[in-house]
Amino acid sequence: MIEFKLPSLGADMDEGRLVEWKVKPGDPVKRGDVVAVVDTSKAAVDVEIWQEGIVQSLLVQPGETVPVGTVLALLSGEGEAAVVPAPAPSPARRPVSPLARKRARELGVDIERIEGTGPSGSVTEQDVARAAEASAPVDRQAQMRQAIAAAMSRSKREIPHYYLGETIPLATAAAWLTACNAERPVAERLLMAALQLKAVALACREFPDMNGFWRDGAYVASSAIHPGVAISLRSGGLIAPAIHDAADKPLGTLMRDLTDLVRRARSGSLRSSELSEPTITVTNLGDQGVESVFGVIYPPQVALVGFGRIAERPWAENGSLSIRPTVSASLSADHRVSDGHRGALFLADIRELLQHPERL
Amino acid sequence: MRRITYREALREALREALLQDARVFLMGEDVGRYGGTYAVSKGLLEEFGPERVRDTPLSELAFVGAGIGAALGGMRPIVEVMTVNFSLLALDQIVNTAALLRHMSGGQFGVPLVIRMATGAGRQLAAQHSHSLECWYAHVPGIKVLAPATVEDARGMLAPALADPDPVILFEHAQLYNLEDDLPEPFTADIARAAVRRRGDDVTLIAYGGCLSKALQAADRLADEGIAAEVIDLRVLRPLDTDTFVESVRRTHRAVVVDEGWRSGSLAAEVLARIVEQAFYDLDAPPARVCSEEVPMPYARHLEEAALPQPAKIVDAVRGLMGRR
Repeated sequence: MIEFKLPSLGADMDEGRLVEWKVKPGDPVKRGDVVAVVDTSKAAVDVEIWQEGIVQSLLVQPGETVPVGTVLALLSGEGEAAVVPAPAPSPARRPVSPLARKRARELGVDIERIEGTGPSGSVTEQDVARAAEASAPVDRQAQMRQAIAAAMSRSKREIPHYYLGETIPLATAAAWLTACNAERPVAERLLMAALQLKAVALACREFPDMNGFWRDGAYVASSAIHPGVAISLRSGGLIAPAIHDAADKPLGTLMRDLTDLVRRARSGSLRSSELSEPTITVTNLGDQGVESVFGVIYPPQVALVGFGRIAERPWAENGSLSIRPTVSASLSADHRVSDGHRGALFLADIRELLQHPERL
Repeated sequence: MRRITYREALREALREALLQDARVFLMGEDVGRYGGTYAVSKGLLEEFGPERVRDTPLSELAFVGAGIGAALGGMRPIVEVMTVNFSLLALDQIVNTAALLRHMSGGQFGVPLVIRMATGAGRQLAAQHSHSLECWYAHVPGIKVLAPATVEDARGMLAPALADPDPVILFEHAQLYNLEDDLPEPFTADIARAAVRRRGDDVTLIAYGGCLSKALQAADRLADEGIAAEVIDLRVLRPLDTDTFVESVRRTHRAVVVDEGWRSGSLAAEVLARIVEQAFYDLDAPPARVCSEEVPMPYARHLEEAALPQPAKIVDAVRGLMGRR
């Protein structure tokens, strides 16, 4: 039997509320299938499964809140005697009280997805009310604020941050971007943010001490590079889902992924893997007009790269002054894992990568 | 406010009727010299004399028929048929004559007759003397059927019954005669409406007569489990006050009907049918019944108790409706 457990979808998540099952007993599932929707304090997340098998039984019902690690469902793996679920008592009517049926219709709740707790396992009004409550919007803002408070407090309590700043000239990158975009359809044009993200991802290859997790008193570098992109939500708060394997993606793909991620983050349809797997965070507050940002690391990550506003600024070089577009890049890093020297080299690498946009 | 028994309340009502209306007289087996089998009419013969408190031969058919004749002749007879068990001998007079005359005479004759009878089991009187056949009479159009379950109703229902232009049957549950309670002054008692005896939001218990106290006891026990039971006393078994219990069930979404009659073809069946007809979409569980077991009433005490509705059975039925069993 394969146990499908509630994954942690971020350091700030201790529990989750099952909103909906996307599968039922008897359904085959494969890696990456979305099997459930779970409400965390930040968002309703499509939870994926990373094993193949056949769903045997669902152990947690919509509306229930359970701790991370709770077994949500049991699956039979390949070759395992699939306990074929009693041939779905197919169109046999489930016992649903007349009142429950009426209320479900009024509340727009799908009665077929509700577990009955009444006499003979019938679905009662209370079951419908519970299900409606489970799918009802909660005070997301307050919950998110609390989640951010918990994660950031933990970060500042436990992570000895050090901060480095660097001004990066972007004249070359800006010129390259203009030329490149001239050849692209409007919908596929690139933003400097995509270049910055790619530069950070590539730099992570050379600096594994910036890309990974501090867990249980030790650092574990991540072989994959999944930068989390901080996205502010219109309703307040922020979320930093991952762009998977950013270092391997061409800029066009990265830009599309970034746009898609922002859209889905704001509409609340992120996937569990995107929330649970960022290996480093990139935050970009340039749009808001600030010069620079020194961020708070999102545990258990060990580094955060921040970009400020891109603007023309006086630039001194070889004894002469000129005006160039520049950006202030910053690094917040975990001193338990790396030192300022390594951090400085990491930032310098990012700067260097941005001087050669054609290689990105 | 006075504390009196159900028996005393009935006697006061009889005495008041005899005092207020010269057309009223009481007739039945042992109602005079013996003072009534259940001592309800004790002292009335002495006070009102043999013309108005008349002992009859052991012939239910004859004296119920005589009562019908007297009513047709302008009197206001109160006929006591000792118990419902013996009323079967008078069924023809009650069903074929009293209930139908208004219809068959094209409205020319009415039968303003009141028939009192004891009903129910619980005193080890075995198969022939423990019937609860209220529903047989409640089946018949043309008569009203009342079931006073409280001291106040015992005191108050007789006057409106006498005032009714058609035959009215009063069922007095034999277990209630010694019931003692406060009688409010002034007391009120209509013969049209059911009464809510206890408020609650989780389940409606519907009972009448001797089962009311059992439903109330069950409600007490359920309260300990956090279940708020509403208890409705039907009071009037024909015509049923459907609105009162249907409105209650619409609110509580669950119903248990308690009836000392046998389950098949019982009054509980009729009440339950009306709930399903009129409150179907408000039901959150199948409505349930707690009735007498379908056996001739046993003599042995433990078997008699097992055959009758009891608070524990009502509690169990409610748990079933709440998914707690």
